[in-house]
Amino acid sequence: MTAPLHDTGPADAGAAPVTDGLPAKAIEGRSPWRIAWTRLKRDKFALAGGVVVLLLILVAILAPVIVGLLGHPPNEYHEELIDPLSSTPKAAWGGINSDFLFGAEPVNGRDVFSRVVYGARVSLLVAFLAAVVAVVIGTVFGIVAGYFGGWVDAVVSRVMDLLLAFPQLLFIIALVSVVPNSLWGLTGSGVRMAVLIAVIGFFGWPYVGRIVRGQTLSLREREYVEAARSLGAGRLYILFRELLPNLVAPITVYATLMIPTNVLTEAALSFLGAGVKPPTASWGQMLSKAVTTYEGDPMFMIIPGLAIFVTVLAFNLFGDGVRDALDPKGSR
Amino acid sequence: MTTQRTSRRRLAAGAALAVAALVTTTACGGGGGKSEGGGKGGKAAGFNAGVNKVAAASDKKGGELKFIGTQDADSWDPQRGYYGFMWDFARYYTRTLVTPKPAPGLESVNVVPDMATDTGQLSADKKTYTFKLRDGLTWEDGQPITTRQIKYGIERTWATDKISGGPLWLMQVLDPDKEYKGPYKDESKDKLGLKAIETPDEKTIVFHLPKPNGDFLQMLAIPAAAPVRPDKDTAEKYGSRPFSSGPYKFVSYNPNKGLELVRNDKWDRKSDPVRKALPDKITVKLTTNADDMDNKLLAGEYDLDINATGLGSTGRQKAMNSYKANVDNPQTGFIRYAAFPKTVAPFDNEHCRKAVIYAADHTSIQTARGGPQAGGDIAISMLPPSVKGFDANYDPFNLKQGKPDEAKAKEELKACGKPQGFKTTIAVRNNKPPEVATAESMQAALKKVGIDAQIDQYDGAQYTGIIGAPKNVKDKNYGIIIMGWGADFPSGQGFLQPITDGRFILESGNQNYPELNDPEVNKLYDQAIAETDVDKAGKLYQEANKKITEGAWYLPFVYDKTITWRSSRLTNAYTSEAYNGRYDYASLGVVR
Repeated sequence: MTAPLHDTGPADAGAAPVTDGLPAKAIEGRSPWRIAWTRLKRDKFALAGGVVVLLLILVAILAPVIVGLLGHPPNEYHEELIDPLSSTPKAAWGGINSDFLFGAEPVNGRDVFSRVVYGARVSLLVAFLAAVVAVVIGTVFGIVAGYFGGWVDAVVSRVMDLLLAFPQLLFIIALVSVVPNSLWGLTGSGVRMAVLIAVIGFFGWPYVGRIVRGQTLSLREREYVEAARSLGAGRLYILFRELLPNLVAPITVYATLMIPTNVLTEAALSFLGAGVKPPTASWGQMLSKAVTTYEGDPMFMIIPGLAIFVTVLAFNLFGDGVRDALDPKGSR
Repeated sequence: MTTQRTSRRRLAAGAALAVAALVTTTACGGGGGKSEGGGKGGKAAGFNAGVNKVAAASDKKGGELKFIGTQDADSWDPQRGYYGFMWDFARYYTRTLVTPKPAPGLESVNVVPDMATDTGQLSADKKTYTFKLRDGLTWEDGQPITTRQIKYGIERTWATDKISGGPLWLMQVLDPDKEYKGPYKDESKDKLGLKAIETPDEKTIVFHLPKPNGDFLQMLAIPAAAPVRPDKDTAEKYGSRPFSSGPYKFVSYNPNKGLELVRNDKWDRKSDPVRKALPDKITVKLTTNADDMDNKLLAGEYDLDINATGLGSTGRQKAMNSYKANVDNPQTGFIRYAAFPKTVAPFDNEHCRKAVIYAADHTSIQTARGGPQAGGDIAISMLPPSVKGFDANYDPFNLKQGKPDEAKAKEELKACGKPQGFKTTIAVRNNKPPEVATAESMQAALKKVGIDAQIDQYDGAQYTGIIGAPKNVKDKNYGIIIMGWGADFPSGQGFLQPITDGRFILESGNQNYPELNDPEVNKLYDQAIAETDVDKAGKLYQEANKKITEGAWYLPFVYDKTITWRSSRLTNAYTSEAYNGRYDYASLGVVR
């Protein structure tokens, strides 16, 4: 993919090598994105992952509608379903029935289905926005470091090394305990989510930054960049009009693979009590609560566990598919 | 200071609970071959057979009494131990002048003579107590116990640099200005320089109090008043091998692993009206996995949990369903409650405090704590049933019926000038799942009347510096603090004063969370403490309780109960109010 991506005309000579794996048909100009899409469509696992990802996003967006149709309000107590002695639902299988699709929460009998659905909002929102933060910061610093080199590169690279060595989980736990209850015009869970997004994103950018820097290093010597430079293009123009479009593919791949990691980080932090605050539902928090009653009510541990598992797996399958599809050296 | 120390006892229970909550290894039931849970040796005595009565009374000696636990004592040194179970267990190897009565239930809160011939001669000005020792009191090497060794033992409490962590009641009552420096810095030859205690001869001991204190005998019943022989005193190391004055002596002790006691053959049964001393051997096994411990108890491998924090949620369900006859469900003397610091607006306004009390769903809170059995009965005021002055009919907020009263809550909100509700923060320990569940229940109930409460789960191990620091409470806007409280000894002085007397407010380690400082309440305490008639004192504590409860400084949740396991082998098992609902260990036997 050596051609600038905004130049998607039919005379796209640079795309020729990547057509190797495609069936020999009449020569027809296709943009790298179309080629990638064709490849992705043939990857069944990636497609399945993509479908699940789409469903999850829909569930998160439509949470109130889904819960209104199939569940009970996520913070409504149903203590009559709970045996106070064991704190677990009276009925077998964690109280799963046609009314409580995923059963009832131990101690207070809240609808697990509604809480899993609302939990998807927290997980996905934090994961997506943190990935966006990481990509934006990582791309800017990576491209600057790679293009300018010299002391700029040295400084940015050392900062990235520093951040990669930082114990981020411990840092976030410590940070959360000192963050006030209202910040940036937000309160309660809003503050926690903003902090999680900012911090997970902040510690994620060096991963993106290193890849972008490496790519930029190899791209900046290319003829089209030289050409632009000799025609008198400004630095910003070269950085963002010439180089950036060619970095979109690796960045896209990295961002899709970063989301499942962020889902896991958010779940881990919620598990440790550094996530969103009650009564906001989150998967990690449910898991952490399930620890005390897992013997009497394993379903309450299995269901949020499955939610995390399915989300991470779907994003990983989809991300892998996207990487294979965008990789010009890939065999498929 | 008292308050800080009392908190240590609660911390013990807390630590054990935290272990129970966090340890997650799968327990696969007990060892093979035992088809009948707890069925080893005899038939279980029945549900609650050990509450207010004696389960399986017997005088047969012999056998090995097997304790298991998840939490070691803070120290086995009589002057250093502060955990409640240690005080109970200490009666195996220490004796005191007086001790809690070996009787089931509430009767145990009275003290009876132990080493002394009676409960002391009190002078007319109520400031001097004189005790005479019984005959035949000996140490484990056969030497006689003298009153000087009792004085020396008590003096060790003053040496707070080496003998740290223990209760300081005697020091505060006998030497409030702390003029004495402790036996290790004592200039006198016999190291008996404390002026408040006199030992005119080997069998007589006289205590001089600067001010009368109606609970002085209760303080003398704590193991911190036990004798220590100067030639056996290894100072800070004494806890690893205390020299016995009781019916059992140490064979081995491995911290956090276990403990083994055998009969002290020099102990004379005739000299001891309190201890039954039935088993030949007493062992304590310490483990880290609470679920595993529950399973081993249910399988009959051990007799009882030394910490007595109660079975975990899975264990108690199994026990109640299959082995109910092995279960007791005693009161612990603790109250679980929410406190409303007056420095945090709008809780400076009585009506806003009352609004929260009316809006809370008391049944839901009880369920969060484990229901009526594992959680306890809904509490109606700030005195528990085990403390004199408790009145079962006194329920000014009508809490017993269990339901929230939204209409009244809204009325109070109006009276407070916040008809639309307000915002506040609930502070709760993160290592106590039942407390977190309580906070969530309150949050949900308060929301219905427009009170928007955030839950702040802080590090439970650090609570003395977080909710115990009034400045931090104000900074963090902790309008509602969820906590629990149990007394060192069952009286208003031990229970109510530390959490409501304005003179007990501390900059750190504070336990008077509402920062209540009402001169009338303080004065009632002074009068009650000076009163040596427990019933009259009880009336005064009742009056103080009314002022506190009606001032809406606290929302009491439940009178704490536990579900404890009693193996089928155990004889003479009864729970004792004096030991927070634990079994009276000194009376237990294992042979029928």
